[in-house]
Amino acid sequence: MKKEFDRRAFMRVSAMSLGAGALLQFSPLATTAQGAALSRLFHRQNGEGTGPFSIVQLSDTHVGFQGPPDPLGTKAFEHAVDIVNALDQQPDLILFTGDLTHDSDDPAEHAKRFKAFRSISDRLRVKKRMHVPGEHDAALDGGVLFRENFGETHYSFDHRGVHFVALDNVSQGKPIVGAEQIAWLKKDLARFPKTAPIVVFTHRPLFDLKPEWEWFTADGDAVMNVLAPYESVTVLYGHIHRAEHNTIGTAHHHAARSLIFAFPDPSTPEKKPLPFNPDQPFKNLGIRTISGSSATRALAAGINDVELSIREISGSEGVMMMLREGDSL
Amino acid sequence: MKRTAIIVSLVALVAAAQFGSAQEPPRVVEISAKRFEFNPKQVTLKRGEKVTIRLVSTDRAHGLLIKPLGVDLDADDGKPGEITITPDAVGTFPAICDHYCGSGHGNMKMTIVVE
Repeated sequence: MKKEFDRRAFMRVSAMSLGAGALLQFSPLATTAQGAALSRLFHRQNGEGTGPFSIVQLSDTHVGFQGPPDPLGTKAFEHAVDIVNALDQQPDLILFTGDLTHDSDDPAEHAKRFKAFRSISDRLRVKKRMHVPGEHDAALDGGVLFRENFGETHYSFDHRGVHFVALDNVSQGKPIVGAEQIAWLKKDLARFPKTAPIVVFTHRPLFDLKPEWEWFTADGDAVMNVLAPYESVTVLYGHIHRAEHNTIGTAHHHAARSLIFAFPDPSTPEKKPLPFNPDQPFKNLGIRTISGSSATRALAAGINDVELSIREISGSEGVMMMLREGDSL
Repeated sequence: MKRTAIIVSLVALVAAAQFGSAQEPPRVVEISAKRFEFNPKQVTLKRGEKVTIRLVSTDRAHGLLIKPLGVDLDADDGKPGEITITPDAVGTFPAICDHYCGSGHGNMKMTIVVE
């Protein structure tokens, strides 16, 4: 599948999926007046200019989970850490899109699971790591343990010409962002022109993917209405334990697979984890296709059994998703 | 004069009908919620029948979401939630708890049948 590249956009996004996490590469294209203006804006606001960089998205590690769908516990997560560490070119930052831990009714046990998550993620060579909570992290205690470990559950930051927004749609117990956070989002985005590239990362999908499986956010439409005027919006999320890619309006929504077990296609009648296969312990967390750029070819040697999605985002002309032929997005 | 009498009669009939319907409150269907189950597991409604769905929790916060029927209730221990609806389409509709209540939450569901 190939989409036309919109040269009017500030940043081009090309994507290739290999599985669960995602490596996204940002690199400037030809400069335009619009691109130069945006570069100056970001530089004025935070001293950062636009420039090439990459990020990795990892999701749904569920540290502390024990059960038949994945008797290996944290092995896939640990393997993913090894793979990312082995990349020749280390990403600038890593985004974790929720369900870092599996909840426990015992707060002390849940605190231990947060600590275990950190002990594994601390092995990553990349030190800039950003997190949003999943319902297993934050719904039972309103996000108390999450905040103790990672700070606020919603926030934003700029990185080399891209505005990143972390949204919390879990800590109120319901699949909701809430009026207060939506008002904050409006205010946060107000300082940017409509051409600014925006990457939102959150846990649940911001659209009705399958509400009867709780694959939705009740006020997701209100969030997307705030984002609608912006030309280059990419939403990265987790929760559904499978790769899923949708374009709604001008926004591109991408789910990363889990690093614990997979859920079936939403067209199936029942939501049950796919069974564990001891002969292929990382099946459904594993590589699916690999083709395309030198970056993905370089990764191919190191990735053979842990889900790791790769997306390349390049640009200085807006965010635009371009899917390469042969990829499985 | 005759026309005025007819109008008065019509108004009286309408008022009587409204008064009559006010005398017949909607049927109440109570659904009990506790970790991680609803009781009953299935409820049958009639298309066109006004019904009040009341969600009662016996332990902690729970939700009842039946999106096609416009039902999105919350209940906590001692704080029921309710909504009155008139289903206009037959079908079988899955209902879920949409207030995260623990690691068995994903299996907390029931079925609403409208016939």
